Amino acid sequence: MSTSGTTTTPTPDIPPHVRPPGRDFRSAFRDLSRGWGQRELWLQLGWQDIRQRYRRSVLGPMWITISMAVTAIALGILYSALFGLELAVLLPHVLVGMIVWTFISGCISEGSEVFVANSGLITHLPAPISIHVYRLVWRQTLFFAHNLIVYAVMLVFFPQPLRWTDLSAFPAFGLLVVNGMWVALLIGIISTRFRDLPPVTQSVVQLLFFLTPIVWMYDVLLDNPAVAERARLVELNPLFHFVELIRRPMLGQDQEWRTWFIVIGIAVVGWAMTLLVMRRYRSRVAYWV
Amino acid sequence: MVSIDVRDASVDFPIFDAKSRSLKHTVLGVVGGNVAANERKVVVIEALHNINLHVSEGDRLALVGHNGAGKSTLLRLLSGIYEPTSGQALVHGRVAPVFDLGVGMDPEISGLENILVRGLFLGMSRKQMEARVDDIAEFTELGNFLHMPLRTYSTGMRVRLALGVVTSIDPEILLLDEGIGAVDAAFLERAKGRLKDLVDRAGLLVFASHSNDLLRQLCTSALWMEHGTIRQQGPLEEVLDAYQGREHAASGG
Repeated sequence: MSTSGTTTTPTPDIPPHVRPPGRDFRSAFRDLSRGWGQRELWLQLGWQDIRQRYRRSVLGPMWITISMAVTAIALGILYSALFGLELAVLLPHVLVGMIVWTFISGCISEGSEVFVANSGLITHLPAPISIHVYRLVWRQTLFFAHNLIVYAVMLVFFPQPLRWTDLSAFPAFGLLVVNGMWVALLIGIISTRFRDLPPVTQSVVQLLFFLTPIVWMYDVLLDNPAVAERARLVELNPLFHFVELIRRPMLGQDQEWRTWFIVIGIAVVGWAMTLLVMRRYRSRVAYWV
Repeated sequence: MVSIDVRDASVDFPIFDAKSRSLKHTVLGVVGGNVAANERKVVVIEALHNINLHVSEGDRLALVGHNGAGKSTLLRLLSGIYEPTSGQALVHGRVAPVFDLGVGMDPEISGLENILVRGLFLGMSRKQMEARVDDIAEFTELGNFLHMPLRTYSTGMRVRLALGVVTSIDPEILLLDEGIGAVDAAFLERAKGRLKDLVDRAGLLVFASHSNDLLRQLCTSALWMEHGTIRQQGPLEEVLDAYQGREHAASGG
């Protein structure tokens, strides 16, 4: 009876194919594809997150929808009065802007805590780190879907001139998801190492809300010669292009190819950066949490 | 072919909030790994140092050693949670780590939902878990409580649920860290039976425990960890004797 299966030498040569200590791009890609393979897990967890937040409340996840409606209507009324704009113009603008913004800001600010918040799971279960990010983006997508109900109701009261080409909102949302993934991964990894980043991220996101035309309208400022020059600076805000990309088709406005190119460009550059960081630091996340 | 192959692997934890000034010299205590500072003045804990280990299919390996000797860290290295800071660890096979019965359990969802989620965490598919849920429910003897949220459970009931799920899976590589307690004796006997079946199904077992009885029931060979290195490895009784001899000598004076 052999009980000496555990020996130090000699060790048979096994080709490294299952889990080599990898600081190469292959291991970064493997993390992403394995995470995708475990979607049964994160799809379930994402749902659980939402139901948990509203467990034992009578309306449950409908609160997502209701609070979005209340916020958007209140801001719409307030700012249409302040800027002297028509409610029928500003309210849809604010509402869709808020829906898109909620998704974007959720990916960024929750991304900064995505690994720290899951430290228990990370140090107890071997899993690709990407599953936590998939779960986050899926949860944000579910929030987005709940908020679309408000959008649908809005279309009843304020019909928009929608055309077939406005179906481009779907690939636009796809681009939003693709970008949300890299942002959450990148910020998540860096802020696991540098714990000062999450509060910084929260403040920056809050600031960006005001720098992005959500409660105010870019076109209106451009029409005003006194501030038009300065208003153009908003083009430097990448989030402006993300919001425009999906808000314009949702409101039946003309779309510009330029916006698509910018957002696709950001996705390419962002993923390249993220893969570089993942290659170097993906395996360190378990040590840092 | 299920196997684990570790070569010259070390695991160093950076501790960013420790003061490196006060640790100019390497500190070596009775328990724990080495504490040192690396070239960039970050304090590191050398949890594992130059581990060489080969575990192949059919092996039933016991891990013994003091608290902080590196048993749990070694299990996490073998599971792939920690990739070695230097050297390599090659793991061939599907790993089922059972380190903490509570991890991945959500107090707000029902016992039945927790069975599913916990199974998914262990690498099972939804279908596989649905096929097992009746068996698990019967084993736990929780009856209608399975529809209640987990937060209403007593500690022992939670352990029952977790053990039920954990012992229902078909792992290729089973990594067990102790922590089986807080259940009544009769249930523990049944759990032991299931645990033994589980170990028999597994291609390979590594089990860290302070209970020699459990180790004798489940393992055939052993590995003695000390200060993050392998002190001795070989047949179970030989290593246990050496380890306990050392313990007695230490406590005797």
